[in-house]
Amino acid sequence: MALAQTGKPAPARSRKPRSRRSRQTVVAWSFAAPFLILFVIFMAGPIVASLAMSFTDLTTRDLRSPFGVNFVGFENYIALFNDTRFVRSLVNTAAFVLVGVPLTMTVALLVALALNNGITRFRTLFRVGFYAPVVTSIVAVAIVWRFILQPDGLLNGLLGVFGIAGPNWLENELTALPSLIFMAVWRNIGTLMVIFLAGLQGVPREHHEAAMMDGATAVQRFWNVTLPAMRPPILFAAVITGIGFLQFFEEPYVMTGGGPLDATLSTAMYTYDQFGFGNYSYASAASYVLFLAIVILSLIQFRILGKKD
Amino acid sequence: MATSVAPPVVAVPASRKRSHLQQRPRLWLYVVLAVGMIAMILPFVWMILGSFKTTAEIRQYPLNFWPMEPTLDNYTELFVRLDFATFFTNSLVVAVFVTAGNIIFSSMVGYALAKLDFAGKKILFMLVLGTLMVPGVVTFVPLFVLTANLGLVNSYPGLILPFLIAPLGVFLMRQFMLGLPDDLIEAARIDGASEWRIFLRVIMPLCGPAVATLTILTFLASWNNFLWPLVVATSEDRYTLPVALALYSVGQNAAEYGLMMLAPSSWSCQSSSFSSCCRSTLCRASR
Repeated sequence: MALAQTGKPAPARSRKPRSRRSRQTVVAWSFAAPFLILFVIFMAGPIVASLAMSFTDLTTRDLRSPFGVNFVGFENYIALFNDTRFVRSLVNTAAFVLVGVPLTMTVALLVALALNNGITRFRTLFRVGFYAPVVTSIVAVAIVWRFILQPDGLLNGLLGVFGIAGPNWLENELTALPSLIFMAVWRNIGTLMVIFLAGLQGVPREHHEAAMMDGATAVQRFWNVTLPAMRPPILFAAVITGIGFLQFFEEPYVMTGGGPLDATLSTAMYTYDQFGFGNYSYASAASYVLFLAIVILSLIQFRILGKKD
Repeated sequence: MATSVAPPVVAVPASRKRSHLQQRPRLWLYVVLAVGMIAMILPFVWMILGSFKTTAEIRQYPLNFWPMEPTLDNYTELFVRLDFATFFTNSLVVAVFVTAGNIIFSSMVGYALAKLDFAGKKILFMLVLGTLMVPGVVTFVPLFVLTANLGLVNSYPGLILPFLIAPLGVFLMRQFMLGLPDDLIEAARIDGASEWRIFLRVIMPLCGPAVATLTILTFLASWNNFLWPLVVATSEDRYTLPVALALYSVGQNAAEYGLMMLAPSSWSCQSSSFSSCCRSTLCRASR
């Protein structure tokens, strides 16, 4: 983690003559200008525009005549929460996050612990193996999993060896969402494993030895030495996984199309659908609800995991 | 980076101490990890083997793992019936421009934020940090309206322009440049070098590891990007690989099993080999 060495920039520069700073200001803004222009047009602008659009009745027909757009206040938001499909998408997304994030983190932490403390050989091999799904495209992986999960696919074939007749995973209302969660966990273990491995290497060995002297068992040492020291990487992992999982789109788009009976419809996919129907302002409102959810989730995670004892 | 030299010296006694922290090799742990790893890898193996099977063999029910009569039909079909070369080229063109843009623009702002003292610095940095968490789904509707008004729908600029800059890149370059010694810059200034010259000749040559990291992150993100190309690329000649894969594997096209199994395989292997190449270069550069 070489990047973490921030350090204070330029100590004792305050004595420098005033003219130097103003000269640097011109130079600095010329360095920033190309980025800033693109940033305003393609990032900051759209973020503000999206919020503004969510309070209007803009549709695809208004693209050519932007003055025919009316301000409608919170109507889009009220309509959203009266739409059972949107509420369903929120519930699905919440389930995806609340089950998927802790599950991914737990498995990744266990793998990292096993690789760091449990074994001495083949470490690199295991690390590469568990990391492999991360570098692949979600779309490609989703297609492969669709084949694996179909009624006569690999999974049911394997279950058949043990005499179990597996369901039609993606067409069954009860198993469709859990299947997608399982796939997302499979795909994201590697990322968190790498973060946790880096974190585990930062846990002071002396603390472990002191605890062993005092007769602490391995489990006690895990709860009282390892976990408290791992708080920063755990917080980081929780935040990035939470943000990623809240936006899940590719998996349902490729694997289920949001079905069966909206059982896997995510909020991002609902937004995309509304955009596809030309309801631009309505889609913007839905995307801002998702954005708000991301902010709230991150704040909660910082609140719970970020506090110092 | 004086501190990066220190850990190896400490690491020798630490690893020796480890041997008495863990008593004996735990066989069961190896078994559990091996089973886990097989579960992680199996889908890839299955996919690659599947790409050499005939459509009939993929569909047959008691499945066989190994292809009985290996065939390259799927691969030839990919080029004959679908314009695979075009999809690949589109993905490549977009990823190369996006990566180049991110490196150039992020380094420039990163240098200003890390090493120059100027009015508005804090505001600029907060602006960049503030957008770090904004999901793509928030900006894509206004971005599409903008792109449509500029007449860039279904064009390379439409696919590339919105991704030329990213807050993550700026953050990464700034953090790295903060760690470079100020003395170098002061010395160059005394020698009369302009800020641009310092940036190009002093700072950038030292930023190898950061640029390598940014290259991997940006290239992979662009290569795998899905939502925006799905919206902007409206005809086959502008589809990127993920868009082509997704669109040819859903709905009525889903029947083309064999054909679809192999496209992801050739393509995921592509992106993973690229990233592993870059990672080894990066490790060599930072040593």
